[in-house]
Amino acid sequence: MTLAQPIVPPTRTDPPVLTMRGMGKSFGAVQALAEVDLDIFAREVVAIVGDNGAGKSTLVKILAGVHPADRGTMEFEGRRVTVSSPTDSRDLGIATVFQDLALCDNLDVVSNLFLGREIGTLALNEIEMEKRSWTLLRQLSAKIPSVRIAVASLSGGQRQTVAIARSLLGDPKVVILDEPTAALGVAQTAEVLNLIERLRERGLGVVLISHNMADVMAVADRVVVLRLGRNNGEFPIGQVTQEDIVAAITGATDNVVTRRASGTRGHEDGS
Amino acid sequence: MSDPKAPAGPDASGADETVVGETVADETVADETVAEETAADETAADETVAEVVFEEESLDARSPMGAWRGFVSRTRTGDLGSLPVVIGVILIWGIFGILNPDFLSSSNLVNLALQCAAIGTIALGVVLVLLVAQIDLSIGSISGLAAAILAVSFTQWNWPLPVAIVAALAVGAIIGLFYSFLYTRFGVPSFVITLAGLLGILGLQLYVLGSLGSINIPFDSWIVRFAQQMFLPPWLSYLVAVVAGAGYGITAYLAAVRRKQAELEAVPAVEIVIRSILLFLLLGVAFWYLNTNRGVGLMFVVFMALVVILNYALTRTRWGRSVFAVGGSVEAARRAGIRVNRVFFSVFVLSTTLAALGGLLAAGRLAAANQSSGGGDTNLTAIAAAVIGGTSLFGGRGSAWSALLGIVVIQSIASGLTLLSLDSSIRYMVTGAVLLVAVIIDALSRRSRAIHGRA
Repeated sequence: MTLAQPIVPPTRTDPPVLTMRGMGKSFGAVQALAEVDLDIFAREVVAIVGDNGAGKSTLVKILAGVHPADRGTMEFEGRRVTVSSPTDSRDLGIATVFQDLALCDNLDVVSNLFLGREIGTLALNEIEMEKRSWTLLRQLSAKIPSVRIAVASLSGGQRQTVAIARSLLGDPKVVILDEPTAALGVAQTAEVLNLIERLRERGLGVVLISHNMADVMAVADRVVVLRLGRNNGEFPIGQVTQEDIVAAITGATDNVVTRRASGTRGHEDGS
Repeated sequence: MSDPKAPAGPDASGADETVVGETVADETVADETVAEETAADETAADETVAEVVFEEESLDARSPMGAWRGFVSRTRTGDLGSLPVVIGVILIWGIFGILNPDFLSSSNLVNLALQCAAIGTIALGVVLVLLVAQIDLSIGSISGLAAAILAVSFTQWNWPLPVAIVAALAVGAIIGLFYSFLYTRFGVPSFVITLAGLLGILGLQLYVLGSLGSINIPFDSWIVRFAQQMFLPPWLSYLVAVVAGAGYGITAYLAAVRRKQAELEAVPAVEIVIRSILLFLLLGVAFWYLNTNRGVGLMFVVFMALVVILNYALTRTRWGRSVFAVGGSVEAARRAGIRVNRVFFSVFVLSTTLAALGGLLAAGRLAAANQSSGGGDTNLTAIAAAVIGGTSLFGGRGSAWSALLGIVVIQSIASGLTLLSLDSSIRYMVTGAVLLVAVIIDALSRRSRAIHGRA
């Protein structure tokens, strides 16, 4: 019922930035991730969807270096790598924005953006930091009223924007967004989706973890479905309907059939 | 005025009062406050420049009116900063000044300034601990232990004074090292660690003092002269005022120029000039008034310098930023790559060292160390000063200036009530009420910030 072979989308000719093969992770007796393959390409938004317990969070945490994987191999730009700590992940060029954003509410936007990598040690270069903050936020067309107000006074979408902007300061190649639109209103969700598109335009590989099918359909190029710790289908957006994805998530249909069906229908739907 | 050690040996409190009474004891308050306000103003001004100008609601902040409107807006939404304390100081001084004109006399203000230095230094350490949302209940005991070490090693063992001082400070630092080890390694709440420290270190203090119980430090020793009799020469005090005003103006102007070059909003030159002239006048007048009596106590100057240095470290260095980050959210700080344990380590060590330094200053002022050094209400006065000054008990909000503002409020009340011949029972009750008001203001402004989305 599940499928383990990687499915390289036919549209891609360039090699993936990041390749994961046969990733597995157990917590005691619980097998959170059985065997998962994932390719991340530059200039592409790949959505990872799945039911609760499908292994999305575990996969993200392996990528972010929070939990090292038990099994499987990772290649970053063709090199075999191991990620055993958050620092490893960051050094490789993988930036992760967790769902709780990890912002300091009492600090202003600039301080949050540069937290842990301030310019200047004994005399902070506020001017440079503020200038770069403005540049970065403008590049992302972010709607932040001022970079000198406390993060606490920003809306949910703005906070998400600040968190994403912060991840870009390290000049990453891959950005992982964990449920970026959960708990956001309609307008703010749109704001964040625009932002995700801008990340793609910047040439980044974006991994989007989401429960929200509408968001996934709106912004992703490719959907990877996980089910019970295994791959359960991979679909290019535009050749697939929301129902197909939901079916793959819930395991309602046989995966191979689904894939065949989506493959044939893809030509009619176009995109 | 001799508040912190009410139940001290007769010897001790006597000495304290003598010192205080020397010049009618009252003046300290006014002087200190002026100086403090100036200083606070300086920093506040500095920060306001940064904040107000860039705040969204004050896009017109380039004009002085805009700055004022930004200030009003922030205050309304609960971002009170030091405002309540400054108002409190003005009220307290006004009331005591009316009730007893001696209160605002220069001699009283000179003394008030001196009284603030010791516990103010301890409160400075408390500010640091509170900023990372921790507490240190043992600061009083540490200050007492430092005093005991100084007295015993200097007078009994005949160590040179500098060595004795360094030894006392080193013991303070080691205690902080131990606390941070316990906290970061075992995760024991600092409340409990320092509660144990409160008792254990008090025991250590009594052990060091031994059977003597009370040791006098010779009046002609440097530390006693420093704490009781050394004052800035008038010319030097005016030089300090000039340097402070000009220094502020020049740095602010250079920063504004660089901001303009970077195409960021900058404070207009007029405002900078006005600010630095105000700063100079405030300091100058305060120093002039104090100089009509004995002058600006050197111990107070040292305390002020510590406040300025710590303020710089907290607001302008990477370390300071990480202290605020840890106070705001430990997890966020950790994920941002800040070595959280190192921050806790530095904060605990600094705060216990400052407590030890405060104890040395107190011992110098008292010219003695005894079993009640650092006892009585030293602990709670220092913590209360930090909180009254506007440092939040909940972490991540506050400033070095709050130690200064808070201790001035507390010592002003003490001095004023003493002048009115009210005894310590009233003083404790009034100080308690003021502390309560300060905490209520903190809680209310937190709520208001939350309502206005500025939490």
